[in-house]
Amino acid sequence: MTKADLVENVYFKTGFSKKESAEIVESVFELIKDTLENGDKIKIAGFGNFVVKQKATRRGRNPQTGEEIEISSRKILTFKPSQVLKTAINEEA
Amino acid sequence: MTKSQLIERLMEAGSDLNKKESELVVNTIFDSIGSALIGGDRVEIRGFGSFSIREREARQARNPKSGNLIDIPSKKTPFFKTGKELRERVDGI
Repeated sequence: MTKADLVENVYFKTGFSKKESAEIVESVFELIKDTLENGDKIKIAGFGNFVVKQKATRRGRNPQTGEEIEISSRKILTFKPSQVLKTAINEEA
Repeated sequence: MTKSQLIERLMEAGSDLNKKESELVVNTIFDSIGSALIGGDRVEIRGFGSFSIREREARQARNPKSGNLIDIPSKKTPFFKTGKELRERVDGI
């Protein structure tokens, strides 16, 4: 599934034009990205939470050369799926 | 930001949606992604990231209280890989 399929689903559900549906789907992801960029989390009940975490500097190794390097501190995005989603995915099996 | 705040923000984002429409759009997006994952499908949103299912192998573990060895069956878990654009934005690049 891609963004185009999401646009199609929004188009079927809402009756907006395909162009409008595409713009609205784009706005939703832009709002989410802006929020995460500011370091805030996104909590979607029944789906999961997107949380930005700060990682400290650590020592690593280039796996090819074995050379020791410093991995700089950085912010990363993590997704924690909700229990509802995890259960639903396992029930299908 | 919660889902209801996202719905509010989408209305204010100049999309001309009323509350009901905004709710329908946001719910359709997350329901679609959830259904795709439940059906075993991978979901890829350019500029945002991709969702897939990862298989966790069956393993044996101990009940920490009783010390009994128990079998934990294999299970599926949703996995999110952050897209390049969002990964860079979150890290402030």
